Amino acid sequence: MDKELVFITVIGKDRKGIVATISGFLYKNDINIVDISQRVMTDGYFVMTTMVDVKDAGIPMEEMAKQLDAIGDELGMKIQVQHENLFKMMHRV
Amino acid sequence: MSVTLEEIYETAGMILYQNLDIRTTTLGVNLKDCVDSDFEKFKENVYTRISSLAGRLVVEAKKLERKYGVPIVNKRISITPVSLIMETHCAAEKFLGMAQTLDRAARDAGIDFIGGFGALVQKGMTRSDRMLIDVLPEVLSKTERVCSFLNVGSTVAGLNLDAVNLLGAMLKRTAEISENAVGCAKFVVFANAPEDNPFMAGAFHGVGEGDVALNIGISGPGVVKSVVEKNRDCDLTKLSEIIKRTVFKITRAGELIGRELAAALDIPFGIVDISLASTTAAGDSVANVMEAFGIEKIGAHGSTLAVALLMNAVKKGGAMASGNVGGLSGTFIPVSEDSGMIAAVEAGALGLDKLEALTAVCSVGLDMFAIPGDVPEETINAIIADELVIGIINNKTTGVRVIPVPGKKAGDRVVFGGLLGTAPVMAVNPFSAKEFMRRGGRLPAPITSMRN
Repeated sequence: MDKELVFITVIGKDRKGIVATISGFLYKNDINIVDISQRVMTDGYFVMTTMVDVKDAGIPMEEMAKQLDAIGDELGMKIQVQHENLFKMMHRV
Repeated sequence: MSVTLEEIYETAGMILYQNLDIRTTTLGVNLKDCVDSDFEKFKENVYTRISSLAGRLVVEAKKLERKYGVPIVNKRISITPVSLIMETHCAAEKFLGMAQTLDRAARDAGIDFIGGFGALVQKGMTRSDRMLIDVLPEVLSKTERVCSFLNVGSTVAGLNLDAVNLLGAMLKRTAEISENAVGCAKFVVFANAPEDNPFMAGAFHGVGEGDVALNIGISGPGVVKSVVEKNRDCDLTKLSEIIKRTVFKITRAGELIGRELAAALDIPFGIVDISLASTTAAGDSVANVMEAFGIEKIGAHGSTLAVALLMNAVKKGGAMASGNVGGLSGTFIPVSEDSGMIAAVEAGALGLDKLEALTAVCSVGLDMFAIPGDVPEETINAIIADELVIGIINNKTTGVRVIPVPGKKAGDRVVFGGLLGTAPVMAVNPFSAKEFMRRGGRLPAPITSMRN
């Protein structure tokens, strides 16, 4: 069915509770996690990305991005919210 | 997942650490149908047209910033060249009145610059064109957001030296009556000016355009520098390939956001300008890309090769990424807006002569550089003519944005602040071309223009 996929990317120093915080926020706002992946990159940064479907989300994407910014500040990490189309355009010919 | 973690991380890194952004979204607006015999009504038509379109541009651009997490730094308007719409209102006070209306419309809509207060005079000047040039010092010093351009030459028309010969005096007057000479930073003189350039100060909505068009300028010197730094030892072919791939990616981001923004505004999408545009922010310098190539300071011998390599790779990567590449599309090397360029001038690595050579292979020209205020007007005219003839003969755009700063001498500094940066005052050749420039007239078009 039609999905509207958005990537939530968390970048910073690894710490406890990142996945719990993000998934708790998503659950609270009725946003379904489609896929999740995390790794420590070669330059030492911890990166976690969560692909979510915002088709039936309880809040608009702009509001979600704003609230995740605040969560990022609390965690001391950078959180980016980006629609899937951006990655498809940039990384696929 | 449909994309890999590495790809997501690469994109995030470009935005978070390498200053990737959409440098400008510029809405081109036709004003020809706003003309009215009643000048008050004419100004009201112009104000309403601009403020309604600009207001929507700002709102929709903000929504897309959130959707894609890519900053859209500037939202701007370009308009029909003003000399064309003022032909039936050809009086100095009316030109100034129109400039103030444009300034007010831009300010009220939250637009930082509005471009197009200019004229196309590559072959000759109408009475309105001449009036516009005469009133420019007042316009540039008394308005905050109005940008001006003149196109004084082209590969098919040659160079209008009579128009060039008006500019030295005009610029010196503008510098004298505007604070810190900053009025001159809002004026560009071109040869072969593109009609869909989204970048200020030279943007205008050309006469071949429709009622509205949305043009996008991307950025990304920081992104290119980062990949070059990771490839210190590769040869020029490989280096070119690496840059092409990176520019492809950043141009695709511009293409996506531009098309969505145009669709949201329900107007035609114009072009993506793939120029690398520097800012004074740390890591956002085109000169630093050259340094990552292995040039000690831009201006050193080898710099022209380096700029040519960069330009070529940027164009090839961008051309593959967008169906509508346009505008200037290359690489800007403004002095005051690029921390690496400023450092090179202050270290003695880069002078005006080498800068002129670099412009033969870059996209625009001698941009945002300051010279001493006592440089004779004929010498300023000659600097402009030299630069523009490089474009005319080589069938490319060239432009000049020069700031003669009163009371300053070579080696001094002038701080404009904000986007316009800080300019080291550059030395100018003290010998004169006065007698040559005095001849006036028009340089005939080059033989390469005879293609029919």
